[in-house]
Amino acid sequence: MDSEGRHIRLLIGLGAAALLLLGKIFSLQIVNSRYKEDADRNSTIYETIYPTRGVIYDRNGEVLVGNKVAYDILVSPREVQAFDTVALATVLGVEPDFIRSKLDDYHRRRSSIGFQAVTMMRMVPSEVYMRFDEVKYKFPGFRGQVRGIRDYPVNAGGNLLGYVSEVNQAYIDRHPGEYRSGDYAGMTGIEAAREKDLRGEKGYHIYLRNSRNQIEQSYKDGAEDKEAIPGHDIVTTIDAQLQQYGQELMQNKVGSIVAIEPSTGEILALVSSPGVDVSQLADIGKYWNEIAQNPYKPMYNRAVQASYPPGSVFKLVNGLIGLQEGVLRPEMMYPCSKGYHFGAGHKLGCHGHKSPINMEESIMMSCNAYYCYVLKNILDNDKYANVAEGLDAWHEYVESFGFGRKLGSDFPAELAGSIPTSKTYNRVYRRGGWNSTTVISLSIGQGEILATPMHLANLCATIANRGYYYIPHIIKASEGVEIDSRFYEKQYTKVDTVHFPKVIRGMWRAVNSGAGMGGTAWIAHIDSLDVCGKTGTAQNPRGADNSVFICFAPMDNPKIAIAAYVENGGFGATYAAPMASLMVEKYLKGSVSRTALEERMKQANLMSRVKRD
Amino acid sequence: MDWALIGVYLLLIVIGWLNIFAATHTSEPGSLLDFHGRAGKQFVWILTALGLAVLILFLLPPRLWEGLCIPFYVFVLGLLVLVIFVSSDVKGSHSWFDLGPIRFQPAEISKISTSLVLSWLVSQQNFKITKLKDFILACLVIGVPMLVIVAESETGSALVYAGFIFVLYREGLSGWWLGLIGLVIALFVGTLTMGPYWSILLLAAVLLACNAFMGKGPMEKKLLWSGIFVLVMALLPALMDWLCSLVNAHIEWMAQRIWVPEASDNDRYFWSFLLKVKPIYILLALGFASLPILGYKAYRKRETFLGISIAAFVVGVLLVFSTDYIFQNVLQDHQRSRIEVLLGMKEDLAGAGYNVNQSKIAIGSGGLLGKGFLQGTQTTFGFVPEQSTDFIFCTVGEEWGFVGCLVVIALYVFLIARIILDAERCRGHFTRTYGYCVASCIFMHLFINIGMTVGLMPVIGIPLPLLSYGGSSLWAFTILIFIFLALYRDEKKYF
Repeated sequence: MDSEGRHIRLLIGLGAAALLLLGKIFSLQIVNSRYKEDADRNSTIYETIYPTRGVIYDRNGEVLVGNKVAYDILVSPREVQAFDTVALATVLGVEPDFIRSKLDDYHRRRSSIGFQAVTMMRMVPSEVYMRFDEVKYKFPGFRGQVRGIRDYPVNAGGNLLGYVSEVNQAYIDRHPGEYRSGDYAGMTGIEAAREKDLRGEKGYHIYLRNSRNQIEQSYKDGAEDKEAIPGHDIVTTIDAQLQQYGQELMQNKVGSIVAIEPSTGEILALVSSPGVDVSQLADIGKYWNEIAQNPYKPMYNRAVQASYPPGSVFKLVNGLIGLQEGVLRPEMMYPCSKGYHFGAGHKLGCHGHKSPINMEESIMMSCNAYYCYVLKNILDNDKYANVAEGLDAWHEYVESFGFGRKLGSDFPAELAGSIPTSKTYNRVYRRGGWNSTTVISLSIGQGEILATPMHLANLCATIANRGYYYIPHIIKASEGVEIDSRFYEKQYTKVDTVHFPKVIRGMWRAVNSGAGMGGTAWIAHIDSLDVCGKTGTAQNPRGADNSVFICFAPMDNPKIAIAAYVENGGFGATYAAPMASLMVEKYLKGSVSRTALEERMKQANLMSRVKRD
Repeated sequence: MDWALIGVYLLLIVIGWLNIFAATHTSEPGSLLDFHGRAGKQFVWILTALGLAVLILFLLPPRLWEGLCIPFYVFVLGLLVLVIFVSSDVKGSHSWFDLGPIRFQPAEISKISTSLVLSWLVSQQNFKITKLKDFILACLVIGVPMLVIVAESETGSALVYAGFIFVLYREGLSGWWLGLIGLVIALFVGTLTMGPYWSILLLAAVLLACNAFMGKGPMEKKLLWSGIFVLVMALLPALMDWLCSLVNAHIEWMAQRIWVPEASDNDRYFWSFLLKVKPIYILLALGFASLPILGYKAYRKRETFLGISIAAFVVGVLLVFSTDYIFQNVLQDHQRSRIEVLLGMKEDLAGAGYNVNQSKIAIGSGGLLGKGFLQGTQTTFGFVPEQSTDFIFCTVGEEWGFVGCLVVIALYVFLIARIILDAERCRGHFTRTYGYCVASCIFMHLFINIGMTVGLMPVIGIPLPLLSYGGSSLWAFTILIFIFLALYRDEKKYF
């Protein structure tokens, strides 16, 4: 039989098994120090103290987002004794069945819950908690835990501020090691942009417990406790009053207003309408379905995400490029016979105004034909081998204004818009199958151009600064809060600064020529403030034209640059220009004298014009 | 007479007694001999056990055991069945006879009767384990009490009977059986811990290796290709993880931009289908695509071994996938959660994982030399449950440290090895086989119990032989060992 040597093999196996056990014991006792620490910690229990989230201030020290006290109701199911469910339900203001079903659920999960406490109710207001606190001795196992929730003294708009909510598993996974279930985090807007500053650090109380997990006393009288470190307060560049005023003007309209301080790039107001009402933000989970099902998409931040054709506002860019390229001189006159005629019977229409006109007048009156000539001259410039090369040169200029790319703002979820290149058209018309007339709508900011309201406000700030901009940003540096050095750097366009004053002259005349003189934006005029502006009326394939306006003021040493974009608002002068102008007046003068205009703007309701998805 | 063996036996029971005292001294009256405390009671058990030892060694005729083994076996089997119906429910199991002050588990005695009958069977003239009939008979002798004990919901005790496979191996059972059982256990545990992917890869690797060594054809070439295949497949999950992390990063990027961040991000992004492709799909596709080709080759070239390997692969894959089913539907709740905790699937420290974690903490905190007798904090403050019975080894680990553990395990290894070597020296087939049965029982208890306390094995409530508190267990092991000593002594007389 071949089993003679088998006892040796079995003995070897015995030795191997013993070594396996000893190896594991060795790793437990000698290699791994975790168990020694655990043994010390075994008799202690850690209770999390949640930090207060940082307060968000506006640029003048006004509180945009504060905190108020609320409570979570925790239950340690193993400590619960028979109690009066109805009494507890009455105190907490819930149905008895709610408590019953929760306790049933905990009973089902008892093995995984063990001795732990679980959260039964979240964000109970302090009035309710006070009632509970008085009688909680009757309900062993139930206790409250302080948990700050957000408070919004100013209606600064849900999209700007963003909301805070409990992290879900996906969020925890995406930020390994930073969050645990039950933590809160900023999900959108400023709350998300500065989550790392705002959240603070959690602390803990250490309690002694016995092996049945009953807490007996504070460990070392709290000597080893770690206090929660409150989040950093954040100072934003927002002007609370201006922001709130913008919200009021934009009510019942779809669109956006972005205001920037040109000399710093600080965003003064960022309005996106319709938005989430701040009254719903603190407890957004409760309103989530309502918000998500709203056909106007209130969570969609149009100021930085909506890509719109800029319309005539874009003529300023084309004019500046023409000047830089030398194909346009301010005194050049072009005719306009109610439009620009090209090819056999094609025409890009224009409205009635005098003809011929020079560059300043073309801006003032917003002549379409003029810019058709300008763009044609840019693209068909002899120094470029063909129109494709010309278009790519044009694209490079346009991109230097910030268009077609993300500006690099500190506001989350910014989108890039798009500016076409020769590739765009080669794809559509094949190589050589297109020429400057094919793309002529680019001259008036239509066609393949898409930009966000933030891009337009940035364009306005660039012109106000005569040739450069600071990257728009929403957070001011303050104690303990740094902002990136890129926000301090001037960003020059590829157009020489000498060309800007010529364009600004036209913008001034558009606003300040008086009614009836052909200036498109006379309605934006404000006494004693040299407002410079440019209207735009952008085609909207889904209905009435979009009303667009950018302006800055005063002309010299500008304090505010603003872009207003009102979907389906009609002419630029109809809604966008008055609203932007009112914002300027509010900001620079502190109050608005044109109350009738103000009232008309606030009352206007354009929602019925907006096509919903 | 093997006095060394008796010495080790005495040493172990004294160690057990001291540690039972250490484990209970804060919660119970304070003397080793106080009969209200567990240490005092254990002292009584030790004295009676020694009495039993003397009885077996000197008073009872050793040949009695061989003669009476079958009636004894049947009687114990009757008790095993009876206890299901008359016992009270102790933590879900029906295995204790409650006789006033004394409680005992017939499952403990059944180890003795099964050992005796198995030894008797194997020592029969014509018995040959390689004969199918004899093999089945041996399996029945082991399997019947085992099944009854499973029916008592004492799966842990039943598991000990698996140790008798070593006895059969010694008696000529093919080593393939051991390998096969090992592989099945590895697949089962692997499926639960690391998931089906790694167990199927393990299965494939083992079969490819066996085939390379045992099958026809050039070994080096087969090994090379098998090695490459296994290596590539081993790297695949990491690669897929990397791809998925890219996809996730992109989804994160998208999620910031899209206005309903809570909606299922995964549905919006084209490449997110990659998240749904699991490595196991690729492995299975490759595996089953190659099976027909290999099968054809096996048929053409008459490679029986290759054919068996293919069949084994299919069966193995089925086993892996049915494991999940078994796990979810056959095992009971407490067994499942214990296994889950053991296998690290559930870090449920307050629930089912409490015992193991506390036990690991107690042992781990002992360090090299331990905290000293009666100085343990974890065990004496009662953080470890079942401190004096199933988890007695924690006290050893905490108070005596690694050195203490080493000594205790060395004593057990000496005890088992000594029994095996003594058994090998016996000419009597019965005595030899019985020795192996004793060694196997002690080994299984040792490995399962200590494995449990250090987190290598699931929490299976079986005592550590001679150390754990409890008369039933101490008596059973004393009888088990001393019958062997008596037989061995008897052996010496004749030869």
